[in-house]
Amino acid sequence: MQEGKVLPAAQINRDLLRSILETPRWFWPVVTLLGLIVLVAAITIGVMINTGLGITGLNYKVVWGFFITNFVFWIGISHAGVMLSAILRLAKAEWRRPATRAAEVLTIFSLMTAMIMPIIHTGRPWRILYWAFPYDFARGVWPNIRTPLVWDPSAILTYLTSSTMFVAIALVPDFAVLRDRTTGWPHRIYTLLAMGWEGNPRQWKLQIIAGVLLSALILPVFVSVHSIVSWDFGMAVAIKSWHSTVFAPYFVVGAVHSGVSAVVFAMILLRWAYGWQEYIRHEHIDALGRLLIVVATGWFYFLVMEIVFGIYGLEGDELAVRALQFLPTESGVPYNIWMIVFVGITYFLPVILWLPRAWRRNLWIMSTACISVNVGMWLERYLLFVPGQANKQFLTFTWNDYLPQPAEAIIVGATFAFVSMLMLLFSRVFPLVPLYDIKEGDILKTEIKVGRRTVPATFRED
Amino acid sequence: MAKQAILGLFQDAESAANAGDALKSAGIADTEYDFLTDSPYPEGAFGEREEKHNLYLYPFIGALLGLTSGILITAMTQVAYPLETGGKPILSLPPMAIVCYEGTMLGAILFTVIGIVFESRLPKMKMGLYDNRITQGLIGLLVNAEQEKGPEVMQILNGAGAVDVKSEDD
Repeated sequence: MQEGKVLPAAQINRDLLRSILETPRWFWPVVTLLGLIVLVAAITIGVMINTGLGITGLNYKVVWGFFITNFVFWIGISHAGVMLSAILRLAKAEWRRPATRAAEVLTIFSLMTAMIMPIIHTGRPWRILYWAFPYDFARGVWPNIRTPLVWDPSAILTYLTSSTMFVAIALVPDFAVLRDRTTGWPHRIYTLLAMGWEGNPRQWKLQIIAGVLLSALILPVFVSVHSIVSWDFGMAVAIKSWHSTVFAPYFVVGAVHSGVSAVVFAMILLRWAYGWQEYIRHEHIDALGRLLIVVATGWFYFLVMEIVFGIYGLEGDELAVRALQFLPTESGVPYNIWMIVFVGITYFLPVILWLPRAWRRNLWIMSTACISVNVGMWLERYLLFVPGQANKQFLTFTWNDYLPQPAEAIIVGATFAFVSMLMLLFSRVFPLVPLYDIKEGDILKTEIKVGRRTVPATFRED
Repeated sequence: MAKQAILGLFQDAESAANAGDALKSAGIADTEYDFLTDSPYPEGAFGEREEKHNLYLYPFIGALLGLTSGILITAMTQVAYPLETGGKPILSLPPMAIVCYEGTMLGAILFTVIGIVFESRLPKMKMGLYDNRITQGLIGLLVNAEQEKGPEVMQILNGAGAVDVKSEDD
């Protein structure tokens, strides 16, 4: 696992700070384009708030559509940060080093994007504050804490605050490097952010403990966040196919599956965009590919269990939802075909692509597999939420299917541009690969002679 | 007694550690010098003193405060707007546990972060003697010794192979 060569600190600084100290020619045109897409979505949101949710395809009975699907999708992506950073840090996996920061930052931006979705979905976003927080002292109306819709903001805000703190603390030593490499007003800002860091043994000791301690504290939050998101659905007794006890672990593993795939794709893009071949190496992508096979298979197990549990009880309503998911429908919406596509592109195609070592080291194949997983995981959430609501139920006399409208497609599409734009802007001011982590890896790297072979070895501290 | 800061810059960990040993032999206490690096080295790599800290206390204090806040928010909300459901108690414990759990974790994490900053002796309002080459890979040995020992310290640092030695007066 040590294919790269040991590089001098000056070169590591030069290479990894290139995105900050130099501006590539493509940077501003790409950011402008992404900004324009976000602007179009912002205008669409404005129109939607002004005219009402009637411009979407939402109706009675399908009240949760594209926006909530997209909310769960981005919450899922946000799980990559902790999965990669915390678990691999605790497990002392050497290959985590170049991936951790990008994963943590992706966590923050995807959480922020996810939070926009339910807010605009309410139609009257200004009201969400007193639905979720006990602040409305004047009217004496308080939130109902018995609903998962109140647990959800508490979990997501905890996760967002924790992840932001996690990133901020790990950035301090890198701010010091930037303080020493810049002049003028950037120097003044980085000096302020570095808080007088000088890199003495006490500071480093606490920085290392901080990584481990915060990882251990964030991990339970990470599990709780997607569990609680799943309870938004799982606690709804009225809608069949949602009321399942397997939802919490199923959602958590699914989130890790899509999140880690997204990080792999982001790393491949960064490697290409900033020429970080020496840092994001084939061995890292290969290791993540192997990890993804395990995660994907765990997710597939929960998917099968969710379906089997649904069918095994032979409840009429539950079977009706499953029929809607797997058989041709009266309304003509081909949920069954989407189901086949979703399982194929979320599990079978990527796992086949990840199995041969040579394919895991081919960046085109890895990119294809990771995009395929994320398209599939988006579809998974859609097929989990919409058929359950569209299913005809006893003593309900209004029926509608759901057809997403252009406004929803524009807003959902723009969330991808929004996250990409934020990632690019972040990389313009902060290092996306942790410099000190890479340098530490090089310090601990050595070679030992075993018989007639010289093999790489890494010294690790407990 | 007035103190003087002297900074020696070394190319590698070995010569920096040797300089540290030489300072110790010259009667300079290990609390009077520090090694400055651009990445974490294994503890004891320079023969430096062991650093004591109380970081592990912070998450417990934060967790306790977070739990208390969680209990207060959820209990007071339900009492202020009682929703009686099927004769069950007004304070519903399972949902309270979820919000309290998040509050506990948030408190623990926020206090850990505060602890890391505080225990690292940050923010440091005024940078002492420092050199930008430290973040380019050189290892700094910063000595804060009594002024009269200054020439001796400089001699030790130069003798141990420092690529540059500078003092506050420079």
